[in-house]
Amino acid sequence: MDIKDIIKPENLVYKKSELLIDTIMHYCPGCSHGVVHKILSEVIDEMGIQEKTIGIAPVGCAVFAYNYIDIDWQEAAHGRAPAVATGVVRLNPDNIVFAYQGDGDLASIGTAEIIHACNRGENIVVIFINNGIYGMTGGQMAPTTLVGQVTSTTPAGRNVDLNGYPMKITELIAQLPGTSYVTRQSVQTAAAVRKCKRSIKKAFQNVIDKKGTSFVEVVSTCNAGWKMTPVGANKWMEENMFPFYPLGDMKDSDKKEVSNN
Amino acid sequence: MGELRLMKGNEVLAEAAIRCGCDGYFGYPITPQSEVMETLMARQPWEETGMVVLQAESEVAAINMIYGAAATGKKVMTSSSSPGISLMSEGISYIAGSELPCLIINVQRGGPGLGTIQPSQADYFQAVKGGGHGDYKLIVLAPSSVQEMNDFVDLAFELAFKYRNPAMILTDGAIGQMMEKVELADFKPRWTNDELIEKCGSWATTGKPAGRKPNIITSLEMDSAKMEANNKRFQEKYRKMEEEEPRYEALMCDDAEYVIVAFGTSSRVCQKAIELARAKGVKVGLLRPITLYPFPKKAIAELSCRIKGFLSVEMSAGQMIEDIKLSVFEGGCIVPVKFFGRLGGIIPSPGEVVKALEENFLKG
Repeated sequence: MDIKDIIKPENLVYKKSELLIDTIMHYCPGCSHGVVHKILSEVIDEMGIQEKTIGIAPVGCAVFAYNYIDIDWQEAAHGRAPAVATGVVRLNPDNIVFAYQGDGDLASIGTAEIIHACNRGENIVVIFINNGIYGMTGGQMAPTTLVGQVTSTTPAGRNVDLNGYPMKITELIAQLPGTSYVTRQSVQTAAAVRKCKRSIKKAFQNVIDKKGTSFVEVVSTCNAGWKMTPVGANKWMEENMFPFYPLGDMKDSDKKEVSNN
Repeated sequence: MGELRLMKGNEVLAEAAIRCGCDGYFGYPITPQSEVMETLMARQPWEETGMVVLQAESEVAAINMIYGAAATGKKVMTSSSSPGISLMSEGISYIAGSELPCLIINVQRGGPGLGTIQPSQADYFQAVKGGGHGDYKLIVLAPSSVQEMNDFVDLAFELAFKYRNPAMILTDGAIGQMMEKVELADFKPRWTNDELIEKCGSWATTGKPAGRKPNIITSLEMDSAKMEANNKRFQEKYRKMEEEEPRYEALMCDDAEYVIVAFGTSSRVCQKAIELARAKGVKVGLLRPITLYPFPKKAIAELSCRIKGFLSVEMSAGQMIEDIKLSVFEGGCIVPVKFFGRLGGIIPSPGEVVKALEENFLKG
């Protein structure tokens, strides 16, 4: 059998989502952002909600997320994506709005905005990429940096006396009555990707059903910032991040429909 | 004749917003402007016109809600007072850098820092020179009466959409808190979604239909050559505003030997002051800038060639006086430009202004 006999539409088992724009990503090889972008593209595509979806990009490595997924986007100031998303969704409640943020953005400079958006139960999806570090600015300590973890601003490792403790902000978010679905996922294996995709799809479905805020943390690698190989970073994440940031759903409630005003 | 009412300036801002078809308000309480949001919440415009009103967790969040809401192409506004506007300045820079229309109202109080809750004009520089980071300008309107608080809401939105640029109403605690007779505007319907797509569809985040490119609202550009081109486009827009939009009111300037320049609350004081001075035989007029940016440079320059001097009267340590001096300098007829002001929340009296005029120009 010739290979041409195999490459036929009826034999197609996997194809790239058309929403994922054909361009070279700026992400480092091994970075989790690209995988999460792929999942988002697939979910928006499969749910048929491209015309309704507005993405809010953060400051951080995902600042250019708008170059990769073929929907309308807005680029927020550092930490302010949940406030920007609030503005969009309050004016257009039928749009499906998601904020995409990293850990420095969401858990440090933007703590007020994320907590209050979730507490109001804004009808949005929040995708939270937690790689324990500031990736774009060159690997500084984040609120989520583990105790003892070496970063460019904690060269001797994170010292709790000096720097305080790593923040489990997702556990905090899960306490807020405005959230309907709060989960922690990862994307380092095919099985994890499939599971994460199910969570992200559920989060979008919740927004379609006007259930309030759905929050998906993705424990991620920053192998360049961690100064590891992609494979080594995955292993380090599994051994060090997962015990402190355990995976799984923290909250999945059937909340009454919320209305904006 | 529209509906006549006796209202506070702050209440009128809220009423005018509802009546001009404003789609959304996001704000945070701060004295002396809290009545704006209180009036909106009491009026419940979401029941009447569908206008959204939300109390944010901070001024930082409020202005970023405005940034998000303005990106959808809708008419949105916020209001605050001086310390709150400082907090909003980062967001205002993003809004200007993303070329989004919106209305920001500053009901000024005395500063710096927590300062006082009494009226002031000390945020002039912040308003007209940009305020946040980067080269940008706001369209700045300065009402001097409760009536103008009503009229300038619609005008500010009109200018903001004409130029795709944030507009500011720069007023103060005196006009915000005072009650005057006001003729309210008639109700205008909010734009329908079809009208919005027609007006703003080429850029607003309305959701990407098949067949159009994504609309991306951002102020970021990593290529410095492209960023320079963006900045040049902004500057061209500002030059066009400077050419087409300066607004001012001239009172008794035709035969004047001296002209007082004052805006907002201080211009009301100066209106009385020029009456007092004229009763003493001093030929003095009043030029009241209505747009602080673009500043009425040409009007000042033309006056400078036929008068003996200007007196800038401000509720600050002297900020607008710099724009008056620049206007005189650019006009080429150099005459003295003097200053009188009160600080920290004090409104000057007409008598003080006349005295300042005499001391600067008529003694010796």
